[in-house]
Amino acid sequence: MNGAFDFGWLATGSRALLEGAGMTVMLTVTSTILGMIISVFGAAARRGHIRWLQALVGVYVEAIRNTPFIVQLFFIYFGLPSLGVNLNPVWAGIIAMTLNVGAYATEIVAAGLGAIGDGQREAAQALGLKPRVVFFKVILPQAMAVIFPALASQVVMTMLDSAVISQISVRELTMHANLIQSQTFRPFETFAIVAAIYLLLAIAVRRLLGFCARRYVGPGLS
Amino acid sequence: MIEFTLWDILRNLLFAARWTVLLSIAAFIGGTIVGLGVLFARISERKWVWKAAHWYIEVFQGTPLLLQLFLIFFGLPQFGLRIEPWTAAVLGLTLYASAYLGEIWRSGVEALPQGQWDAGTSLGLKRWQELRLVILPQAFRITTGPTVGFLVQLIKSTALASILGFEELVRTADALNNATFQPFRVYGLVAIIYFVMCFPLTRYALWLEKRQAKY
Repeated sequence: MNGAFDFGWLATGSRALLEGAGMTVMLTVTSTILGMIISVFGAAARRGHIRWLQALVGVYVEAIRNTPFIVQLFFIYFGLPSLGVNLNPVWAGIIAMTLNVGAYATEIVAAGLGAIGDGQREAAQALGLKPRVVFFKVILPQAMAVIFPALASQVVMTMLDSAVISQISVRELTMHANLIQSQTFRPFETFAIVAAIYLLLAIAVRRLLGFCARRYVGPGLS
Repeated sequence: MIEFTLWDILRNLLFAARWTVLLSIAAFIGGTIVGLGVLFARISERKWVWKAAHWYIEVFQGTPLLLQLFLIFFGLPQFGLRIEPWTAAVLGLTLYASAYLGEIWRSGVEALPQGQWDAGTSLGLKRWQELRLVILPQAFRITTGPTVGFLVQLIKSTALASILGFEELVRTADALNNATFQPFRVYGLVAIIYFVMCFPLTRYALWLEKRQAKY
């Protein structure tokens, strides 16, 4: 199996890789959307005044941040069925990724909320706005503008983490790479090509989020 | 079937945890050495050198660590290089860590005002002396927080060595799970062990960053 590089398998393998990339993107988009929802409420709770809620979110964030993604994934996929919760691999993957983005993004959003001075809240309250309106219309958009780069790189990191989901047989990019290399006996070329696909996806996601940031959050952001 | 008590499971896991610790230390040392090279390349005055370092970082931060490990472990034998799981894991984690550590320290170098370089120049120091005596000590000082923070990420990343067949925590957990059919308990304990290793470091990193912010 030694010798010159051989990319002949690409002719038949590219379709599978495209499918795998589709699954990787689907996992990333779904978990990003769900994770962002968690993070906004998580961050609000973290900076709020309800003590037990604050503590609960704190435990969640620290538990996720201080354990490996693969352990979280295995705990959810292999461990939860013993509590009677049976998940198919794709859902287990989505849940693990969502919990991950949610935890990291909660920290980021909370830091962003902290960076917006109390004056903004007081000014909005003085105008007679309800607390909910103050949070969603005044504080949150400003916080988002500050933390957007950090959130974007978190999304990219989570997408790259999703390669681990191949270990529970979800047919995403890395799983397909494994299948192809076991058939072609060209592991180096296969993994190199797939790494390049991830790199392109990572650059694309960063560009896309940067574009969205300039368009919807505010100018002068990248 | 052999009966495993909770203590049996925990004892085996703790025994395997030393490999996780050793792998983390080896990767951190390797990452520091290679990372210094990345840092020097990144602040080099030669354009092609920092361009190359830029792409090195881009590749290692823009692709999954798992694939990097696969490339080394399954890819290199294609060229006749047999490689053990431990060697592959240390090599992969070293390269991965070097990209992140190089970037973290560069942010420290760039945070320093130009005056620090100028002061060195006015004392008649050469660029290398400026770096060694003036710039790097300060850059490392202000980036200890993020460096410790990355160490946590590195410890967690060693879990992927299990997929190469290296007998660390997660791999041992897989074996115990197959023997006991108690995944909830086994992976729960594994999570707790990682937490106990990582949480103090996370706190320490936060404390260092807060202290730094005061200056």
